[in-house]
Amino acid sequence: MANVIERTANNVWDWFTARAPGFMPFYRKHMTEYYAPKNFNIWYIFGVLSIVVLVNQIVTGIFLTMHYKPSAAEAFASVEYIMRDVEWGWLIRYMHSTGASLFFIVVYIHMFRGLMYGSYQKPRELVWILGMLIYLVLMAEAFLGYVLPWGQMSFWGAKVIISLFGAIPVIGNGLTEWIMGDYLPGDATLNRFFALHVIALPLVLLLLVVLHLGALHEVGSNNPDGVEIKKGPKGNRWSKNAPADGIPFHPYYTVKDGFYVCFFLIIGAFIVFFAPAFGGWFLEHDNFVEANRLVTPAHIKPVWYYTPYYAMLRVVPNKLGGVMVMFGAIAILFLVPWLDRAKVKSYRYRGLLSKVLLGIFAVCFIWLGKIGAGPGTDPVETIIGRFLTAFYFLFFLTMPLWTAFDKTKPVPERVTMHE
Amino acid sequence: MNKTFKTRVATFAAGLVLSCSALAAEGGAPLLHSGTDLSNKASLQRGAQVFMNYCSGCHSLRFLRTSRMADDLGLTQDEVMANLNLTDAKYGDHILSAMPADQAVKWFGQVPPDLSLTARSRGSDWIFTYLKSFYIDETRPLGWNNTLFPNASMPNPLWEQQGVQHAVFGEHDAETGTTPVERLEVAAPGTQSAAEFDQTVRDLTAFLEYASEPAALKRQGIGVWVIVFLSFLTLLAWLLKGEYWRDVH
Repeated sequence: MANVIERTANNVWDWFTARAPGFMPFYRKHMTEYYAPKNFNIWYIFGVLSIVVLVNQIVTGIFLTMHYKPSAAEAFASVEYIMRDVEWGWLIRYMHSTGASLFFIVVYIHMFRGLMYGSYQKPRELVWILGMLIYLVLMAEAFLGYVLPWGQMSFWGAKVIISLFGAIPVIGNGLTEWIMGDYLPGDATLNRFFALHVIALPLVLLLLVVLHLGALHEVGSNNPDGVEIKKGPKGNRWSKNAPADGIPFHPYYTVKDGFYVCFFLIIGAFIVFFAPAFGGWFLEHDNFVEANRLVTPAHIKPVWYYTPYYAMLRVVPNKLGGVMVMFGAIAILFLVPWLDRAKVKSYRYRGLLSKVLLGIFAVCFIWLGKIGAGPGTDPVETIIGRFLTAFYFLFFLTMPLWTAFDKTKPVPERVTMHE
Repeated sequence: MNKTFKTRVATFAAGLVLSCSALAAEGGAPLLHSGTDLSNKASLQRGAQVFMNYCSGCHSLRFLRTSRMADDLGLTQDEVMANLNLTDAKYGDHILSAMPADQAVKWFGQVPPDLSLTARSRGSDWIFTYLKSFYIDETRPLGWNNTLFPNASMPNPLWEQQGVQHAVFGEHDAETGTTPVERLEVAAPGTQSAAEFDQTVRDLTAFLEYASEPAALKRQGIGVWVIVFLSFLTLLAWLLKGEYWRDVH
């Protein structure tokens, strides 16, 4: 009996590989024969975690679309219908809303990891650019999704963000009307945002993720030492041509990531089951009030993951200037591979100046986020916000100088193991 | 772990604490702690009774069905239909006020808001504080005002239980042209003592908290098992990782 099953399975497998001869080479290239540096630390799990969250968003999103109604008259009630009348609907919705915030948490840490270890440096510029495009699409995707529940923050947040396009000279007003399909966010807006949120941007996002990983696997992963393992000695237990400091992605990193993914799921489950609104940070209080174009909420603010940029928009007195600063803050990130002139990648072998500036940059970004989440009425805070915005830009604009002048330590020939 | 890593984590944590305290400071007027307990079925049942008798005449719970409420609060269909359903609504219907909207505008100046999600938009502490903050104010159309929500349209619905509160005013502020209310005093006692009335308002608040998210009753109970399962899975994944990584040096 066992023989029959084994023989049948082998036959099916042979039939398949004969007709898909590229499958096993593809699998080997990206899994069992993708040699990743053996010295990854905890900062290197956030890429995998963002894929886990992406899958969560797609799967829960599919189930939400089965019950959600993309119409201004029905959207708000349909979300409450999901929360109350759909079997396990509350769980699916909380997984989706928590996933949105966790997506940004892991992506921000993933990006900071890139800055710490110089993962954008040659030859990985393309990996960084594709990653930045993912970040950009992700922000658009999250914004569109946030409008769908059609609460007060959905409506007024949409109004504020769309009105930013109105700052563009000449075409501004026409452009905002074209985006909304109306003079205010309304039924037409909600309907098209739904289409973009569930079809258009997820497709772009998936394509970019494939390209991001494809580009990474062409050049190989960086590591906490910033040592190019492909340039080091050759030969490991699996292949005499592979880098000596590389280990097969599968099974080594699949089991390691598996452990961290499980741990991450505990954190996610804790939020979903015990604090789904997360004190108003993940689900905002005002969004439990249905959209009303006649009542303006006291504080209109975006969700936490946009607040650093929102703070920049607000502290600039001129509207067009604020919009340009805000978009400039994201655009400048694309240039990091060419702004960094350091001869070493990892901060481990950089001088004190680089470490301090990167640390201040992180604090500055979080502080801006705090200011952007507040009411924006404190004039002292506005001045602090201007200094922080200035530091944000100076950090990048002067990067060619301080990265070139800062002392570096000698980089070891081989990767080092700390764990 | 090296030193810079630790400092960075510390900075990150400090930033998080800072931002959280910013959110906490956003409230405005000081709120009382509601002290609601959703696991206390008796409290929810009493709250439902108060809601049906004193609130549902004007306010709807348009997202909560009577049948769902009965199931969640451990009541039978007969009990609910006999005691808690004051309209001719059916068992599976949503809880809707019978007040016509145009009449409501005539009487109160606006349609009384739906209370399905008030506990989520305003918070339980807000509801608890609001219901305890009514005082007599002859300048208002219906004779009542509220310290938490100045010039609220609603008269005190629970004045029989609480008694009638008077405002004790502080000094007149010439700059803003207002006279702040310093505290509220019960001038004519109601049918309940202060402690009893607190419990009545707490029950009602707990009921509205439940109504705003019925899933909250079972969410945490399920969550415990999910986390127990995931912890076990994490342990297995950790052992598996250790087994594979034994030969990586």
